[in-house]
Amino acid sequence: MATLQEIMAKPVGLASGHRMCAGCGIGAIVRTVLAASDKPVIVANATGCLEVVTTIYPYSAWKVPWIHLTFENAAAVASGIETAYRALRKRGKIDKDVNIIAFGGDGGTYDIGFQALSGALERGHRFLYVVYDNEGYMNTGNQRSSATPFGASTTTVPAGTKSFGKPQWRKNIVEIAAAHRIPYAATAADHNIIDLYNKAKKALSQDGPSFLAVLQPCTTNWKYDPALTMTYSKLAVETNFWPLYEFDHGKLHINYKPKNRKPIEEFLKGQGRFRHLFKPENKPIIEKMQKMIDEEWERLLKLEESGAVL
Amino acid sequence: MSTWKALTGAQAVAEAMRQANPDVVAAYPITPQTPIVEQFASFVANGIVDTEMIPVESEHSAMSCTVGAAAAGARAMCATASQGLALMWEVVAAVPGLRLPIVMPIVNRALSAPINIHCDHSDAMGATTIGWIQIYSENAQEAYENTLLAIRLAEHKDVLLPVMVMQDGFIISHGVENVEVFDDNVVKNFVGERKPDRYLLDVDHPYTIGPLALPDYYFEIKRQQEAAMENALKVYLEVGKELSKISGHDYPYFEEYKTEDAEAVIVILSSAAGTAKDAVDELRNEGKKVGLIKPKLFRPFPYKEMRKALEKFEAIGVLDRSMAFGAYAPLYTEVRNALFESENRPKLQSYIFGLGGKDIFKSDIKKVFDELLSGNLNPEEQRYIRLRG
Repeated sequence: MATLQEIMAKPVGLASGHRMCAGCGIGAIVRTVLAASDKPVIVANATGCLEVVTTIYPYSAWKVPWIHLTFENAAAVASGIETAYRALRKRGKIDKDVNIIAFGGDGGTYDIGFQALSGALERGHRFLYVVYDNEGYMNTGNQRSSATPFGASTTTVPAGTKSFGKPQWRKNIVEIAAAHRIPYAATAADHNIIDLYNKAKKALSQDGPSFLAVLQPCTTNWKYDPALTMTYSKLAVETNFWPLYEFDHGKLHINYKPKNRKPIEEFLKGQGRFRHLFKPENKPIIEKMQKMIDEEWERLLKLEESGAVL
Repeated sequence: MSTWKALTGAQAVAEAMRQANPDVVAAYPITPQTPIVEQFASFVANGIVDTEMIPVESEHSAMSCTVGAAAAGARAMCATASQGLALMWEVVAAVPGLRLPIVMPIVNRALSAPINIHCDHSDAMGATTIGWIQIYSENAQEAYENTLLAIRLAEHKDVLLPVMVMQDGFIISHGVENVEVFDDNVVKNFVGERKPDRYLLDVDHPYTIGPLALPDYYFEIKRQQEAAMENALKVYLEVGKELSKISGHDYPYFEEYKTEDAEAVIVILSSAAGTAKDAVDELRNEGKKVGLIKPKLFRPFPYKEMRKALEKFEAIGVLDRSMAFGAYAPLYTEVRNALFESENRPKLQSYIFGLGGKDIFKSDIKKVFDELLSGNLNPEEQRYIRLRG
């Protein structure tokens, strides 16, 4: 087991000097996932924050082979790279082992890239798909996605006199990925680098597709103090808003069970996107949210206990 | 040694792909392109090629996989038609800017709505402004040879652009012809291997492909893409000369048929040119001075050469198998453009025919020639062939 110091000391393919917002959580995710690979890495990147801030021509923060094509097809591009890898290897044109990793935001994964992701998982390409999940279209200023949580105010579903923000809960992307009967799918969170590192290692060791959904607090559009990114990531886990779990060959294992689950208000307060929920008339909305979180947690516990294979 | 085989247009293109044996093929079945995919899949299934094939879940992913594979260093191909081209359009439009030499056979089919599976050129003519080279084929033999030519043209270091190779849906794709298939080894030597300067799987030399480019560089990158298109005009002829040594056929920008002393000619693409040549033959037997020009290379468009070829005629009819709705039809527009610089502009007439697979007959072509020779022309009017009132 690597220590945090060992992980951070590894040379990785993403250089400093990129243009992420102060307090952005994406860098830690990408660096940790890249550090987990002991083979050369090729990255396919969906349109989004990560692509924009790392590559403005003629600069590139990438020290590994990297491609961006369009918004919704990182999984398909990775499929093409992986297939080319098998073809060129078979024909003796290349001889090195590689890992192929796709990065996409939640918009490029849960929403517009959903079909390409499903196709790639079903076909069984050997690659790791990582969604850095900041719960909305944050690159373009906080529009709703199907990863946006219940109650959050976005520019396309804003809170108002007749709206409390998004009325639906997020899509369960990890279970959907696991339902493709891929070897490995897991959640992770920005603050827990060791957990993310271990999961990325496990994912990259599979002989097939693997999937990681990593919660990435967004200082700019969740609207909180940029110093608190890791705090909010931790609170998301401590409140069971974003539980840490994995499906290893379809079997659920919950990686962390908070001893004393914190109330959801602890996570909501201080975030501009949830500010309206603290108005007295929105008290039932927070109560409903708490109920949904607790029910989901109970469901996960039961599923784990059952030992059922998804 | 060449062999003669009874092949459909779709099978002829699959033969070209078999001989080129690309590293990767990604495709999604769509009528009338499906037999290309099916035929090639059977080559893979029986070990006739060792290509890795990706049976994708949509055309959008077909082109995305093809791009991923080509950027990774593979010779990668795709094929599509109509709605499929429309669905993958976003990615198709990105390929020239990435300078990836992807060859994609297109089996031309009408675009919805109304939904229609038969031939016209509205699919490919909607994709003439984004930087793909376009070659149109009259028959299965041409579709086969153009596919081979396209691979070399796309991958030429002065070009590095994607190429669409067109054939008419059903009329060519599903019609059986006697096709001369060149010797496997001769073709293998002709197409060679793709040798990219940079590719993603060259992990010791990492590079970034597809970065964001803002107003300070985007325009300059697009200008380079246009320079590559200009180069393609020259390289097309060079590669064509090499292919001529194998095939014995010529690969001009456009075919000129019985035009030497012609007074009236028609300009027409693809399979209908075959029908039109028969009409020309019959009218010639009647002593009428008529001829035909069949463009092969539509993008880049050879304006100068087309002007020189056309300005000597008295009347020209341009027959388009698609419309541009609210503007002059695509082929007619280019012919008009080509002739603008001429001091001796012939009289022009635009005709639309064959949308959604409507047949065109020799008698229709003869009527066009009668009109052209009669002088009853209006260059600002679009006329319709075999349209029911």
